[in-house]
Amino acid sequence: MKDYSPMIANAQMVETQVERFQSLPLDCGSVLTPVDIAFETYGELNANRSNAILITHAFSGDAHAAGIHRVTGRPGWWDNMIGPGKAFDTDRYCVICSNILGGCAGSTGPSSIDPATGQPFAMTFPVITVPDIVRLQKMLIDRIGIPRLLAVAGGSMGGMQALEWSVAYPEMVAAVIPIATTHRHSAQQIAFNEVGRRAIMADPDWDRGSYYLQRPPARGLAVARMVGHITYMSDSSMKEKFGRRLNGREALTREAAGFDFSAEFEVESYLRYRGSQFVDRFDANSYLYITKAMDYFDLSYGRGSLPAALERAEARFLLVSFSSDWLYPPYQSEEIVRALRSRNRDVAYCELSSQYGHDAFLLEVEEQTELVRGFLKSTYQRVTR
Amino acid sequence: MSTVREVLERRDYATIGHIIEPKSRVLDLGCGDGALLAWLKDNKDCDARGVEIDRALVQKAIARGASVYQGDMAQSLSDYPDGAFDYVILSQTLQQVGNPVTILREMLRVGHRMVVGFPNFGHWSVRLSLLTSGHAPSTSLFPFKWYESPNIHVLTVLDFEALCAAEKWTVEHRIFLAGSSRVSAMPNLRAEVAVFVVRK
Repeated sequence: MKDYSPMIANAQMVETQVERFQSLPLDCGSVLTPVDIAFETYGELNANRSNAILITHAFSGDAHAAGIHRVTGRPGWWDNMIGPGKAFDTDRYCVICSNILGGCAGSTGPSSIDPATGQPFAMTFPVITVPDIVRLQKMLIDRIGIPRLLAVAGGSMGGMQALEWSVAYPEMVAAVIPIATTHRHSAQQIAFNEVGRRAIMADPDWDRGSYYLQRPPARGLAVARMVGHITYMSDSSMKEKFGRRLNGREALTREAAGFDFSAEFEVESYLRYRGSQFVDRFDANSYLYITKAMDYFDLSYGRGSLPAALERAEARFLLVSFSSDWLYPPYQSEEIVRALRSRNRDVAYCELSSQYGHDAFLLEVEEQTELVRGFLKSTYQRVTR
Repeated sequence: MSTVREVLERRDYATIGHIIEPKSRVLDLGCGDGALLAWLKDNKDCDARGVEIDRALVQKAIARGASVYQGDMAQSLSDYPDGAFDYVILSQTLQQVGNPVTILREMLRVGHRMVVGFPNFGHWSVRLSLLTSGHAPSTSLFPFKWYESPNIHVLTVLDFEALCAAEKWTVEHRIFLAGSSRVSAMPNLRAEVAVFVVRK
């Protein structure tokens, strides 16, 4: 057991820490030796270590979920939800967030050095799954010395991890909060991921993944991210945000039109900007491995059926979906809710009204805060009673 | 029918409180903002769950810590295994559901007992209203015009007794209320609200 509390004396300024484990057995049969996991903590563990909440991040997230990073100076990706007095109240709870296995922000992934060769793994990195990602998180939680998590919470792919926690380690979680997620990808969700992967692989700079000493496949990765951003928004939110507005021009007239395929519409330049920005912080091979892990994920796999899988769960559930989310539509959350009911599990569920599409889980702070705060408070009362 | 809810929840929690045993597993159909669920959890240590169709009410219920989900009553019931609850409560909308007998049978499949509350259409004020005005009754319990009323299956105390007899259900408790006081004699004429506790 380690005591991490001195490192979080200043709740606002945070640092990413790394823990190393000797080996991690994977679903594909390979064993990673050694394996690193990057994580951050906010708030303090109570005396009997019953107030810990694990936040599981979405596809392109990282361990920096809250506070201001001491090195980069940037706020965390869910800083509006995690902190003193916020939904995940760090005055009450100790919040932990780790970078997923296969990622590129401190945890072992395809861009890490393979100790056997001294070179980056690239495409020799073993195929990973969501259960593998969760297994490594469990090792971290064990090492910190937390006997049972108060909650595991996350949106999108983070929700998949929360679901996996609930059935893989039922005795370890009092509550799970899967937000805007699914127990398995539909053909449409796999299709969008495949477009992203093909964009990367079609970029000559990808070079079968061995680009680490050369130019990365920036064009392919940027296109992949552009597609991603379209799926995260909704028709109405794009209409509101961009409409048909032009860059530096009032109207599109025949005389003024460029006909040069430059980014004339605001939505074009926005997507290009987000694409190029993503290239600076994300590894293309991680994109391939993580999207594949999402596509492989099926909570019922090896467990008979979805209801049979969820029968193992002992946690309370709070599921949240968003009305305009067409990437992870509410019906997918409802499938999980119905399966939980069929096994008489404790479940709360709300489809929140939002026009922000899938991005709503990062943007609809006020209503999520209300739900999460009440749910956590009543769970904590049960746990400590 | 907020009146029924008021009687059962705010004005007289004891009504339901006396019926439901401590530490019971309870499902509240149409649970509103979860006030009753919270009361049952806090005062009776119940494992209390609820279903509610109105999004805003679901949000309030979850915010107060209740295990409530947004959904349709009939579909929710059909998902549950037999005997999942000790009590299934339907405290305000029996007269508003499309197929009340199906709902009641499902309640007794999913729960060992059901607690059913409804406004009594046999109350003297309803009868008087129809008799004197010649219009569809308009009273404090049934305040709607016929064309805007959500109450599509109005019933009396006698109607419910007859249904229980026909279905061979056992009525364990009958609670009749007028205002905040109990009614003992002539309930079909005098009770504004009836609460039945029924088992198979």
